[in-house]
Amino acid sequence: MSATIFVWIEQHDGQPVSASWEALGVARSLAAGGAVTALVFGDGAQTGAVAQAAFERGADAVIQAGDASLARYRFEPYVALLAALVQQRTPDVVLAAATVAGRELLAGAAADLDAPLLADVTELALDGGVLRAVRPVLGGNVLRAEVVVGDGPQFAALRPRAFPVPEPQAGRSGEVIAVAPALAPDAIPTQIERVETSGGQVSLTDASIVVAGGRGAGGAEGFAPLRALADVLGAALGASRAAVDAGWIAYEHQVGQTGKVVSPDLYIAVGISGAIQHQAGMRTAKVIVAINKDPDAPIFKLARFGIVGDLFEVVPALTEAFRQRLA
Amino acid sequence: MHVVTIASMTPDTEAAVSVDASGNVQWGDKLVVNPWDEYAITEAVLLKEAHSGQVTVMAVGAEAQAEALKHGLAIGCDQAIRVWDPALVGADSLAYARAAAAAIRKLGDADLVIFGKEMSDSASDQHVFQTARKLGWTMIGFVAKIEAIDFAARTIRVRRMTDQGSEVVSGRLPAVISVLKDINEPKYPTFIGIRKAAKAEIPVWSLADLGLSAAAVAPRTAISGHRELPRREGSAEIIEGASAQEQAAKLVARLLEEKIL
Ligand SMILES: Cc1cc2nc3c(=O)[nH]c(=O)nc-3n(C[C@H](O)[C@H](O)[C@H](O)COP(=O)(O)OP(=O)(O)OC[C@H]3O[C@@H](n4cnc5c(N)ncnc54)[C@H](O)[C@@H]3O)c2cc1C
Ligand SMILES: Nc1ncnc2c1ncn2[C@@H]1O[C@H](COP(=O)(O)O)[C@@H](O)[C@H]1O
Repeated sequence: MSATIFVWIEQHDGQPVSASWEALGVARSLAAGGAVTALVFGDGAQTGAVAQAAFERGADAVIQAGDASLARYRFEPYVALLAALVQQRTPDVVLAAATVAGRELLAGAAADLDAPLLADVTELALDGGVLRAVRPVLGGNVLRAEVVVGDGPQFAALRPRAFPVPEPQAGRSGEVIAVAPALAPDAIPTQIERVETSGGQVSLTDASIVVAGGRGAGGAEGFAPLRALADVLGAALGASRAAVDAGWIAYEHQVGQTGKVVSPDLYIAVGISGAIQHQAGMRTAKVIVAINKDPDAPIFKLARFGIVGDLFEVVPALTEAFRQRLA
Repeated sequence: MHVVTIASMTPDTEAAVSVDASGNVQWGDKLVVNPWDEYAITEAVLLKEAHSGQVTVMAVGAEAQAEALKHGLAIGCDQAIRVWDPALVGADSLAYARAAAAAIRKLGDADLVIFGKEMSDSASDQHVFQTARKLGWTMIGFVAKIEAIDFAARTIRVRRMTDQGSEVVSGRLPAVISVLKDINEPKYPTFIGIRKAAKAEIPVWSLADLGLSAAAVAPRTAISGHRELPRREGSAEIIEGASAQEQAAKLVARLLEEKIL
């Protein structure tokens, strides 16, 4: 049975978020021959190139809303527009990446439409027209299966890095449908006054490699060798709560139950014991490397490779070894 | 000012969890106040201290949820309300959001609703945004700091975290916000607070009290089972070596060999 699918393509300053391509890939396979439509919202200047990229990643059509009021993601104008489009065009399924913005947007639009939403899923199937999903719960210790009840458009938010990114196919294109915003500027109850991007740093949730430090780093200056390692690898920098609570590194770097959930290909845990709440944020990493001076640290039970030793010797040596081998 | 904070209990994260043969989750039955909600309740009480007014702590859930409400009362919330109805058994986030929104509306004069970022067990993160939509109020998620709030002028300005960094956002009240760990140091109950909370009578509002029918909270999603995570096999391959340099070189070689890099 074929299905029509909408996928929200998240972009920031014209840069699409790669987890959106994962969602497009999932849409392509769920559609089973049906049409996949990418939704691109932004200001006029941003949307064109993102729309083209969406075609190359598998969209059949693009619904494009280019307007100054949509230049940056904001909850109210985006939710109102998505809800209106879904109501008018009744796709079978609506997908987005479960990023900060994606989670908010799908939850808001599903609420407006009284539609079902499966959140933060890591497996998704369309079974007789009904979405079924699996997602980790209870600190990532258990997988829960969930299913949609009733009819009408159904929503799912996909955990970033849980699905493959489709390869781009150059030259694909399709119909672009231009639409107007659903809210007039003065009907939007919020204003973004200032934006601070973590300039140049790799975002934790998108990162394919994460280097994370814990209490073993011993102080803010103990993160310097970790930063050097992260730079060589093009990795994002993570941290345990102990390091964040001690004020050595900002909370936005915290990985774990009360921090971010990451699923990189490689997670290098340095001076982190591997408490259950830390594991909640990183156990879905494909390969875990642990560096710890305590051979009995729980992190070694999770890790594929380990080095027992002092991080202040091991990390600089590792940085040097990567620099030589990757040069 | 009238600030509402929504709290709930979640399984203790230290509890060993397992899944039984019929797909139900078992955990040591200890429940704790959802760690994120400790920040939400504390923030509500801090606002009251700064602006004077009223704080209501609310939970949608069965009897066990009353513990979170007592915790709220013990750290300084003025009143607690539990919303529960047998028709809410099996409710999904959207149904909880409808019930929460109806209860907030029934209070009549709330200016701000503060949620914790998510429930640490389900971590679905949706119910906050859905409550805001059902109220039709301003929504600002993932707030790390309230920079300014003016209950008379009906404005709020916050710093919120995004995947790309942070934003300073201003908005109109009434609003719903969800808060992160950054926002404060959770307050702990005082002895007097605990005594006061123990004695408090917590009213329970049913769907009828909220003017909702059972059909209005019919779930749109259902849980069909649980399974345990595939175990990661055994213990790590420990890379030995005479020096850190030798260990590092061997590790890099292994990572390249296994095509991890
Ligand atoms: C409700 C709740 C939520 C929580 N949420 C989170 C969360 O989101 N994220 C999180 O991380 N934690 C969280 N925690 C805290 C968690 O329980 C642990 O306390 C924390 O993860 C410990 O951090 P750590 O591993 O850095 O520190 P420790 O457990 O102290 O481990 C430090 C490790 O460093 C090693 N070490 C020390 N010096 C060196 C050296 N020179 N070289 C090499 N190794 C060295 C030690 O052997 C040790 O294993 C939470 C706790 C609770 C109760
Ligand atoms: N049954 C409930 N009663 C009260 N609050 C809840 C309930 N379920 C979730 N919450 C709150 O809603 C927020 C987000 O929950 P969730 O959408 O499940 O991640 C947290 O602050 C929770 O404490």
